[in-house]
Amino acid sequence: MSRSLTYAQAITEATAIAMEQDPRMIAFGLGVDDPKRIFGTTSGLAERFGPERVFDMPTSEAAMTGIAIGAALDGTRCLMTHQRLDFFLLAMDQLVNNAAKWQYMFGGQSSPVRLVIRLILGRGWGQGPTHSQNLQSWFAHIPGLKVVMPFSPADAKGLLLSSLFDDNPVLFLEHRWLHNVAGEVPEGDHRVPLGQAAVLTEGTDITIVSMSYMTVEAVHAARFLRAAGIGVELVDLRSIRPLDWTTVLRSVGKTGRLLALDTSNAMCSVASEVVATAASNCFTRLKAAPQRLTLPDFPAPTSPALTERFYPRAEDIAATAAAIVGREVDTTAIAASRTSPHDVPGDWFKGPF
Amino acid sequence: MTPTPPGSRAPRRELLHSMKRLRALEETIAARYDQQKMRCPVHLSTGQEAVSAGVGLVLRPTDLAVSGHRAHAHYIAKGGSMGRMLAEIHGKRTGCSRGKGGSMHLIDESVGFKGSTAIVGGTIPVGTGLGLSIALRKTDQIACVFLGDAAVEEGVFYEAVNFAALRRLPVLYVCENNLYSVYSPLMVRQPAGRRIHEMVAGLGVRTAHGDGNDAEAVHDICAAAVAAIRAGEGPVFLEFATYRWREHCGPNFDNHIGYRTEEEFLAWREKDPVGMLEGRLLATGSLSQADIRAMDAEIAAEVAEAFAFAEASPFPDPDEAYQDLYRAEREA
Repeated sequence: MSRSLTYAQAITEATAIAMEQDPRMIAFGLGVDDPKRIFGTTSGLAERFGPERVFDMPTSEAAMTGIAIGAALDGTRCLMTHQRLDFFLLAMDQLVNNAAKWQYMFGGQSSPVRLVIRLILGRGWGQGPTHSQNLQSWFAHIPGLKVVMPFSPADAKGLLLSSLFDDNPVLFLEHRWLHNVAGEVPEGDHRVPLGQAAVLTEGTDITIVSMSYMTVEAVHAARFLRAAGIGVELVDLRSIRPLDWTTVLRSVGKTGRLLALDTSNAMCSVASEVVATAASNCFTRLKAAPQRLTLPDFPAPTSPALTERFYPRAEDIAATAAAIVGREVDTTAIAASRTSPHDVPGDWFKGPF
Repeated sequence: MTPTPPGSRAPRRELLHSMKRLRALEETIAARYDQQKMRCPVHLSTGQEAVSAGVGLVLRPTDLAVSGHRAHAHYIAKGGSMGRMLAEIHGKRTGCSRGKGGSMHLIDESVGFKGSTAIVGGTIPVGTGLGLSIALRKTDQIACVFLGDAAVEEGVFYEAVNFAALRRLPVLYVCENNLYSVYSPLMVRQPAGRRIHEMVAGLGVRTAHGDGNDAEAVHDICAAAVAAIRAGEGPVFLEFATYRWREHCGPNFDNHIGYRTEEEFLAWREKDPVGMLEGRLLATGSLSQADIRAMDAEIAAEVAEAFAFAEASPFPDPDEAYQDLYRAEREA
């Protein structure tokens, strides 16, 4: 059975199911029990599981990450949430030197680090240089970490449950523009395995590889291109590390063309890794040079005047993909179909964060 | 010679035995280091044995502990295996971390030693998190965090102690103040006149301090702290003044290179923690010279056997470099 839930509700449901199954699991972070409940993603948890298991914390991102590692090493499963990824940068030492390496540097002789860190990232609406960074490639670069970036509510639930019951530290990256997206979500302990991409549309002309919110834009672009006679195979990565190379390379081998999207900027990005690996493995099958479509290699500006062309949208994806196929398409219809301003995910979003 | 602390109930013979094991182990490492069989940095604890011995005899095997880069003595005093530690330093498969960690990454969960790491202050929050988990499980265990004077200059120290105070966690912070961070003296790192334990008291935790070269004093101070923690009175921070004899990293003495003086070293060596306690035990007739000789011989044999184990152990297969990145999936 499934029913329609928002992405935020799917995250709440997954958290509750995990806490029900493991009485020793705790969930904490700044604001998990405050009136706004982290964009509604922790609604009702404090009431249901009590203040010992669901609690607010000091503004101490570094130590609280280490404290989560320590608690996990004693068998307490931990879910820590940060309302903005950017604040979590204060904890990189604990993440990189401790969480990621604890299993390896002790030769597998330690208890597991059962720790999931939810980080919210975004774009647009004045979030600017230090409230919207998409640093998935930082985390994916570190051996020992796992990184997931679900796009749909069903995947959000399924990947969060798999992450919580994984025996390794997992970065769960959720895009602020997805929280209000609704979709069918299976009931119960629905799990999506880490490391499996989803092929959202099948096509033979070009492979588009995407993740998280960019997949929303890519779905619109693929629909538009289909109508224009260009068949897109849209691969939603879901997991960044481990990355499902089998699915990505099989698709690129089939279409011979690749557009790799990213919610972040180009330099050393996940899109760069996808292009490099596809080029190395599918070179003789390629019919055109693989391309990336990413944010510019600049910090994100704040003013709506400056973000107007900063973030790639469906029309940019469609135009770039068509060019790779050797076609020109008029994408004005895509922009014309949009009713809300460019810097918000929809009319529901009125800020302030 | 300093007198026995009045009213001390410290197990003096066990303290001496523990310190002598630590001393013999570290000094043998120093003596053999130039053979190039131990191919990783070592931060020796010679001169600082009293803190490890005192704390180690107070903690129970079920208590948990973490430490930093200078962890040999903490590891052994908590009950870790000499042979497996030396095998680790030798890069062998039988090492406590199977050759992945070396001297700075020691672990033995079977005796509650949950890990030592190389980044200054890095395990302070980890140990505090062990305390959080113990509090959630509602046992009478404690989590012990070994740290040095430089670690209180790291931000996570304040963050972690703040949380321990907030939640009254069962955490014992043991600060060995040996005056130097590598070659940087306290005077270039912390304001003149600061007493670390006084500063930490301002964070809202109980504190105590003492002579870190007096094993009996360490034991008594630690025993009182641990009793308070087990009674649910929250975290305690202990500061012990001590001194490392050898260089920050490596087997040599380095009083000639200019960051500290030979006079300072000699003054501290006069307060040799092993010699002081041995002198007391001889003076009170608790031990005879023959007892001391027997103890030394027994420990020398133990260290020799541990080295023999380490040297005879096989190296890991090169392919083992690609194992243990992730924990294998298990049932939830």
